[in-house]
Amino acid sequence: MKKLISLVILFISIFSFQNHSISAEKIKFLETDWTFKGLFGKYDRGALQRGYQVYTEVCSACHSMQYLSYRNLAEPGGPEFTEQEAKFIAASFEVQDGPNSEGEMFTRPAKLSDKFVMPYDNVEAAKAANGGAYPPDMSVLAKARKGGADYIYSLLLGYDDPPANIKLDDGVYYNKYMYGNKIKMSAPLSDGLVEYSDGTQATEEQMAKDVTTFLMWSAEPHLETRHKTGFRVIVYLIILSILVYLTMKKIWSRVETKV
Amino acid sequence: MSDKKPKNRRDFIFTATAAAGAVGVGAAVWPLVDQMNPDASVKALASTEVDISSVKPGQSITVVWRGKPVFIKRRTQEEIDKARSVSLEELKHPEKDEDRVKNPEWLVMLGICTHLGCVPLSDKGEYDGWFCPCHGSHYDTSGRIRKGPAPINMEIPEYVFLNDNTIKIG
Amino acid sequence: MSDSHYTPKSKVGKWFNDRLPLLTLANHLTDYPTPKNLNYWWTFGGILTFCLITQIVTGLVLAMHYVADTKLAFASVEHIMRDVNYGWLIRYVHANGASMFFLAVYIHIFRSLFYGSYKSPREIIWIIGIIIYLLMMAAAFMGYVLPWGQMSYWGATVITNLFSAIPFIGEGITTWLWGGFSVDNPTLTRFYALHYLIPFLILGLVVLHIWALHVPGNNNPVGIEIKKPSNDTVPFHPYIVIKDAFALLLFMIVFAFFVFYTPNILGHADNYIEANPLVTPAHIVPEWYLLPFYAILRSVPDKLMGVIAMFSAILILVALPWLDTSKVRSAVFRPLYKQFYWILVLDVLVLGYVGAMPAEGLYLLVARIATAYYFIHFLIILPFLGFIEKTNPVPLSITEPVVAGAAMATRSDGENKIENNLKSLG
Repeated sequence: MKKLISLVILFISIFSFQNHSISAEKIKFLETDWTFKGLFGKYDRGALQRGYQVYTEVCSACHSMQYLSYRNLAEPGGPEFTEQEAKFIAASFEVQDGPNSEGEMFTRPAKLSDKFVMPYDNVEAAKAANGGAYPPDMSVLAKARKGGADYIYSLLLGYDDPPANIKLDDGVYYNKYMYGNKIKMSAPLSDGLVEYSDGTQATEEQMAKDVTTFLMWSAEPHLETRHKTGFRVIVYLIILSILVYLTMKKIWSRVETKV
Repeated sequence: MSDKKPKNRRDFIFTATAAAGAVGVGAAVWPLVDQMNPDASVKALASTEVDISSVKPGQSITVVWRGKPVFIKRRTQEEIDKARSVSLEELKHPEKDEDRVKNPEWLVMLGICTHLGCVPLSDKGEYDGWFCPCHGSHYDTSGRIRKGPAPINMEIPEYVFLNDNTIKIG
Repeated sequence: MSDSHYTPKSKVGKWFNDRLPLLTLANHLTDYPTPKNLNYWWTFGGILTFCLITQIVTGLVLAMHYVADTKLAFASVEHIMRDVNYGWLIRYVHANGASMFFLAVYIHIFRSLFYGSYKSPREIIWIIGIIIYLLMMAAAFMGYVLPWGQMSYWGATVITNLFSAIPFIGEGITTWLWGGFSVDNPTLTRFYALHYLIPFLILGLVVLHIWALHVPGNNNPVGIEIKKPSNDTVPFHPYIVIKDAFALLLFMIVFAFFVFYTPNILGHADNYIEANPLVTPAHIVPEWYLLPFYAILRSVPDKLMGVIAMFSAILILVALPWLDTSKVRSAVFRPLYKQFYWILVLDVLVLGYVGAMPAEGLYLLVARIATAYYFIHFLIILPFLGFIEKTNPVPLSITEPVVAGAAMATRSDGENKIENNLKSLG
């Protein structure tokens, strides 16, 4: 038994060590207190709603979120706008629909079932408008980068003057946390860039934190259910293990061999 | 009873373990079953809006709602009268035409034969309504079953007139 | 077999059993005499069965929603994660299930290595096991391609390019595997079809694996042949069943922890980026369970030789029953082998570690030494050890060292039950 447990621990530590050693090949990311970390982690609704605002007002000019629909904004575990608010948000975007009975495409206000409107028609158009660099789709971005939320948060706040030995071309910026330190996105956030309706001070850090929370949710929309279910499942498994252990002891007591 | 006690106590552990195990298996099976139910994106498409401004009296259009055809028929006065003059005793599934429409001019119903799910043809059959080519069910101008194997009238979906030109189904 | 004379009690049962002896089979499986000293390392057979069934069931469900098309595959996986009821749970169980499957199979293999379970008369069980392991790797690799992320695409490209190392026909084989001139839609659809097929091949082989096991019966930690049934054995049901169940539950707790709390830790972030044939990720590594072989591949500077070394590392295991010349099975009684066994474990872990690191500098050197040692272990150390090792005395029966236990076990279950009842009364 003890051997078994120690082996399990050994393997887990190998995994985590391995992962750690891969992701830690660069510098340490900025740290902040995420509410969604830990066994009972949940998203901060306020941060999600503010984060959505930052996304729409700032990021969405270049970054798509093609896997999200407006209905997601009202779903439990997310920003939890009311259905009316989500409908109102959706209606402020125009989407193409059709063909109608005359065979023509037309535009109409978006509905809850529509996907987020994309800033560019396709990847090529996005590249052309951004000096050849494709602004990545943000739907699963928080899972698509080593370091996840910490990385995105750090990147947003990692703009700095380049060290003397690094020369930057036009349209290229220096970022401490970017892979290779060169990034084609200019610093997207600055104090007071958006005006939060809930009265929160829109500092650069606050906006970075909010929008990162929003991106984490968009990448992992069922995180809260996952944590909740996981806790129940593990508690159940532990209880059942104890019961099975007692049953096992009972059964094996018929033969005098230790289990 | 007292001499059976130890046996009961042992049985209790066995029973508790088996019961707890069964609960767990049940809980684990549910996600595997539920995944086949309509998912969130399908449910979100539950309503559809239709522009009916171009439909002339006597004409009908077919629109898709939840993957199924919905007949929207603009009935003539003659067809309305015909539907309303039938006495309920003659009907296999007695329903008044008044209960099947919100506006007598517009009949909105699921275009699916209640027999085995085929789509009936319009302006056909012995009652000038619909006729299902699969097994020969005849429907009248109110979409009620009059003859053939279908058990009940064609279904009326939930719908509202948003304005004179738009119907929202679902 | 001891149970071939089984007759069902009920008339219907007898009628049925005469025509299809399923009840005889069930009776054989429940009564199957199992060494009673099996430790927890022996529970991984049952755990692996659970893993296989879990993968098949969750895979079947995922297949109901997944679309095997390069334009839609990534989006369909996102659809599963976002919209399908419990889709996130089912996919995470399937993805982490692959890792748990390999974790269990490695423990199972190393258990066999420690206690000499591969030795006569169990060579066929061992070889079927190696084939299952190879099929598992194929299934895992093709499954990893299906989400059509960056790692899927580039992993598929790198692995299929291994075949191009074969002289003369290599290029033809890779083109044939791809169904085109690069990894593309035809590759994805065929990988999907094969990914669906392989688990059922594995299932069939598992039946053979167990069948072959039930001919000589289980090996055991002492490594001696025992009389079956006897005082050294217990019926499979309920004794082994309940013990397997307990171990399985502990395993499931670890499994659940990965699924619910760190579902992506064993994967690569790059696989959440949709495949892009024009950009290779900065650091390509396979999933953790393939890393030792990846390290062996990269440690050889020649393309063809690297591929040969990698495949030999697995195929050498087929010859293991004949490479190991010792007459004693269990490492418990082999003081020298025991040490070399642990060195091998360490060696494989080191290979796994350097497999995850860039192939340069010190890492490359370590990889080369570890690769060399891996082959030395099987080709040189093991054959010689059988001749030079002085083994410790092996007991004649399992119960022999425990005298009191032997006395107790001779009593029938009924007597023990009565005594237990008396005890709990008192």
